[in-house]
Amino acid sequence: MDLERDFPDLVRSHQDLVYSIALRLTGHPADAEDAAQETFVRAYRSLRGFDRARRASLQARPWLAAIVLNTCRNRARAAGRRPSHAPLAMADGAATEAPSPADAAAEQETAMELAAALRRLPEVQRRSIVLHHGGGLTYPEVAAALGRAEGTVKADVHRGLATLRSLLDPRELLA
Amino acid sequence: MTDPLLDALRPVPAPATLLPTVLRRVGLAPDRYLVRPSPVGDVVVVHDRGAVSACLVVADRAIEDVVVEFARRFGRTCLPDEDPDQALVARVDRVLAGEPCDALHFDLSGVSAFQRAVLAKTAEIPLGEVRPYGWIAAEIGRPGAVRAVGTALGRNPVPLLIPCHRVVRTDGRIGDYAFGTPAKRAVLRVEGVDPDELERLAARGVRYVGDEAAGTFCHPTCATARAGGDDRRLPLRSAAAALERGLRPCPRCRPAAGAAA
Repeated sequence: MDLERDFPDLVRSHQDLVYSIALRLTGHPADAEDAAQETFVRAYRSLRGFDRARRASLQARPWLAAIVLNTCRNRARAAGRRPSHAPLAMADGAATEAPSPADAAAEQETAMELAAALRRLPEVQRRSIVLHHGGGLTYPEVAAALGRAEGTVKADVHRGLATLRSLLDPRELLA
Repeated sequence: MTDPLLDALRPVPAPATLLPTVLRRVGLAPDRYLVRPSPVGDVVVVHDRGAVSACLVVADRAIEDVVVEFARRFGRTCLPDEDPDQALVARVDRVLAGEPCDALHFDLSGVSAFQRAVLAKTAEIPLGEVRPYGWIAAEIGRPGAVRAVGTALGRNPVPLLIPCHRVVRTDGRIGDYAFGTPAKRAVLRVEGVDPDELERLAARGVRYVGDEAAGTFCHPTCATARAGGDDRRLPLRSAAAALERGLRPCPRCRPAAGAAA
């Protein structure tokens, strides 16, 4: 691959995947965009050091997914734990807040709640869910990105989703 | 029925700003633009290391809006040329003032082969002259493709630089223009063509002018015809009428190219 010519296409083809993973992890579109940019810049620098064989055999999706996971973890450590801005709607049915009129604001709240709930999961479950459901990676791709067996990944996703369901009120998610 | 949790987790589109910002950060956004004056006001001329790919009119807009139009039409971003090559700027200015556009390199890679042929032929039309759409079609070997020529010119990515304003309707009327017909007339006037005169000739059915002393006939705006002086100019309604009088097509402006003799 000719890097100068092909890198923009690489970004175009994978930007939704990378951004979505970052959004599910950070809960904030601005942070997610920064993390996504960071990811692609790191990817570009790495690619410059790859020889032709390595570039040709690259599996872009798991490779980029691993970079964005790493980038978000580094950013979280540097920034310190970010407090969640919206209260979790607990399963005890506490009165839900009125949904905001703008779709964007409602989606934003959902993203933050989701990210907060995800942070309560063990890291392996969180990562598996975010890559498979947030990024759209297949189970084999998630396994490659995380260096874990496919069966383990599937189990992590199922357990993690069950925990999320118990943490999140579905009415909040639909708002 | 969708699962609200899986729906909330689903992938979403990345913001439109992500790609251009990444490319800028890694140094891969090579398109730069210049803002230059022209007969239709300021224009934005986009180039990649000297190869010109677009010319857009600013009109009453902010430059940022012109950049957005460029991104929408061409699928990539461009940045201001902060350290322009002065030789390039000078060449752009000269071509905008009417000099032959072979002074510039063009990057027309987004354009079809047919369109490129149309634009290359259009580039040959000298300052101060016009040619009909049908002439372009005949000259590129596609005499039946007159409407396609019109469409191709309408999509000229570098108007003013490649002079699609110098192509007029076969019936002599001025015709369409990406920047609007009044702009086309204005630019032609600046170049020394009188659009009213062209339309008067067309209204009288005059397609060509003959010069019996020279034995040739021309498009009315051909420099050879104009040099001959008014008293020598014989108005002609058709190539057939010219040929009947024993006149040959002018070798410079090649009227009725493809129409036998």
